[in-house]
Amino acid sequence: MINKETNWTETISPVNSYWQLRLGAIFRYRDLIFLFVKRDFSAVYKQTILGPLWLFIQPIFTTLIFFFVFTKIAKIPTAGIDPILFYLAGITLWNYFSDCFVKTSNTFVANATIYGKVYFPRLVIPISIVISNLIKLGVQLMVFAAVFIYKINFEGLSFSFNATLFFLPVLILLMAILGLGLGIVFSAMTTKYRDFSFLLAFGIQLLMYATPIIYPLSYTSGQLHWWISINPLTPLIENFKFALFGIGHFDFVGLLYTTLISTFILFFGIILFNRVEKNFMDTV
Amino acid sequence: MHVLKVENIYKQYELGQVSTGTMAHDFNRWLHKIRGKEDPYHKITERNTRDEKGGSKFVWALDDISFDVHQGDVVGIIGRNGAGKSTLLKILSKVTSPTKGNIKIKGRIASLLEVGTGFHPDLSGRENIFLNGAILGMTKKEIHAKFDEIVAFSGVDKYIDTPVKRYSSGMYVRLAFSVAAHLEPEILIVDEVLAVGDAEFQRKCLGKMKEVSQQGRTVIFVSHNLVAVKSLCTKGIVMDQGKLVFSGSADEAVESYMNANASKVKPSTVFSSPDDAIGNEFIKIKSITVQPEKLFITDAIQLDFSFWNFTDELKFNVSFDVIDVFGEVVFGSGNEFSSINNVGSASCLIPSNLMNDGIYSIHVYVHTAGMRKLYDFMDIVSFEVFDKERNHAYYGKINGAVRPKLTWKEG
Ligand SMILES: Nc1ncnc2c1ncn2[C@@H]1O[C@H](COP(=O)(O)OP(=O)(O)OP(=O)(O)O)[C@@H](O)[C@H]1O
Ligand SMILES: [Mg+2]
Repeated sequence: MINKETNWTETISPVNSYWQLRLGAIFRYRDLIFLFVKRDFSAVYKQTILGPLWLFIQPIFTTLIFFFVFTKIAKIPTAGIDPILFYLAGITLWNYFSDCFVKTSNTFVANATIYGKVYFPRLVIPISIVISNLIKLGVQLMVFAAVFIYKINFEGLSFSFNATLFFLPVLILLMAILGLGLGIVFSAMTTKYRDFSFLLAFGIQLLMYATPIIYPLSYTSGQLHWWISINPLTPLIENFKFALFGIGHFDFVGLLYTTLISTFILFFGIILFNRVEKNFMDTV
Repeated sequence: MHVLKVENIYKQYELGQVSTGTMAHDFNRWLHKIRGKEDPYHKITERNTRDEKGGSKFVWALDDISFDVHQGDVVGIIGRNGAGKSTLLKILSKVTSPTKGNIKIKGRIASLLEVGTGFHPDLSGRENIFLNGAILGMTKKEIHAKFDEIVAFSGVDKYIDTPVKRYSSGMYVRLAFSVAAHLEPEILIVDEVLAVGDAEFQRKCLGKMKEVSQQGRTVIFVSHNLVAVKSLCTKGIVMDQGKLVFSGSADEAVESYMNANASKVKPSTVFSSPDDAIGNEFIKIKSITVQPEKLFITDAIQLDFSFWNFTDELKFNVSFDVIDVFGEVVFGSGNEFSSINNVGSASCLIPSNLMNDGIYSIHVYVHTAGMRKLYDFMDIVSFEVFDKERNHAYYGKINGAVRPKLTWKEG
């Protein structure tokens, strides 16, 4: 009879403390994360003829279009980098970020039926989205590598190895953190007010133009240069290009800046997400 | 030993669509919160009555619910539509959270608010077992260990590598239930899964639930089926309009629910004088009653009519229609009677084993012998017929407007 109260393993109450991130619970559900990733892959390409080939087609065609529009017609320089490689690298990275962002921003609404019937840590789904996109990114980077190797062997492109290449995983990780962080912030807001999903739909396009994807940062100057530099994506894209093409310099300060911003956004996003997940089913 | 303690749980819902008004409410709420005041909308929240339209946009779907559950209890939750049963289960399974109050839990909870949550139509049965199992909280290792058992229990071995979209709906439900049945939580929560599937599936379901409780685990389940609650549960909880109105043994709970319903239906309409009686200058009701007061499908139902007849004619015609909850006429009947001293009485017996279980209302029509209309008394009395224990394993609702007992012979 004594101390009966201390035996409880769990308490359900109206609100959680802000700082309870409950990341341990996510780890316990790691099998589920990987099953969701697997489901995404096995289900997406069912009933298509080309199947996973679409993973290759999309960046290649976008690159060709950019090449004709921006290099041939608009004659925007690519800072001495081969234009095809320049665009392909930019698009591949941008797609990863934007997929992480857009797809996770829809988490609550898209998964309402499953969230409404069973409890598991809600973050499992956005995390699995980021991981399946990571696999997609891996495949697309192989396309990039293939084109790169082709250019080196048959078009005499020179490649000089530099040590910052080892930063590649860090850059990709930061990109994932930023995309996931922004995505869950939006997903928390979209639950009640769908207006945010409309905002995101065109906001993401504007954001692409505010990121040095189709032009190099060195092409901008003055106030514009400043605005583009405060975009936390800029150091990631620029450093990625330096690591591969060795043109420009590796921006450590920018990288630190992005790291701080991304971690902050992710942290803030998780807190917001955990607040919303408790009651979103009532309004979704 | 307690495994669950529910303490003063409230759940508030906002009705209607999300709009700019919602945003204003959110803002107002936030203003009160930063000033450390109580939520302004808690005060204007109304009792959740399904059929009356209230003035407030906020309702209490759960209103001060408290109860305890001990290890090994099988708790049946009963109540009318909209009573808040599913809301309570959702809160217990953490799908949504309470507005006020606390719940303390000991052990792992698994809930089955629906069969087949997260099943993906394009994936095979095998892949779905893993996915669904993981969603319900099993690890890959646990699923691997139980895989053969799950498949055997489901009886769909042959189709295990076929996408589930090619399954019949029965096979789908079987597979989904098998996964859930092999969870091993300390507390299992089930919402009306008895409503689906064929008789064999239901028998398996119920058998599994019994087995689970015999292993010392706790089951909480919602059912509209009083017979199933009586035969399966050790404890019963009755809810009405968001409130817990009874908690005790399963038999007592069913009894209490039936009595509460008896007050909702109106089995008699009686007037002591013609002055305030319903009717017109030709005919008025003296009394109309339905007996017995607590009715099972195996009871004969007696209807007694008595009228004040102010017309010059001695003979008049009484007929009635029995209307089900959908507003359909189940059947009707009528006959001719004489009145003595301006009072005419009649009675009619509906045989036993004819009505299905459910709530029925009665329209009474009075005509002259020449079928000139005197008055129509709409919805004048109502009654509920309850189901009785059956001697076979199917506990689901038996279809049909009526449920006559027919003669069957072997050979
Ligand atoms: N998300 C929501 N927003 C507003 N009201 C809701 C919401 N969910 C449930 N309600 C209301 O809460 C009340 C209780 O609903 P609940 O589903 O718990 O009833 P129930 O007892 O399970 O009924 P049934 O027997 O029909 O399954 C109902 O009046 C319902 O309309
Ligand atoms: Mg319900």
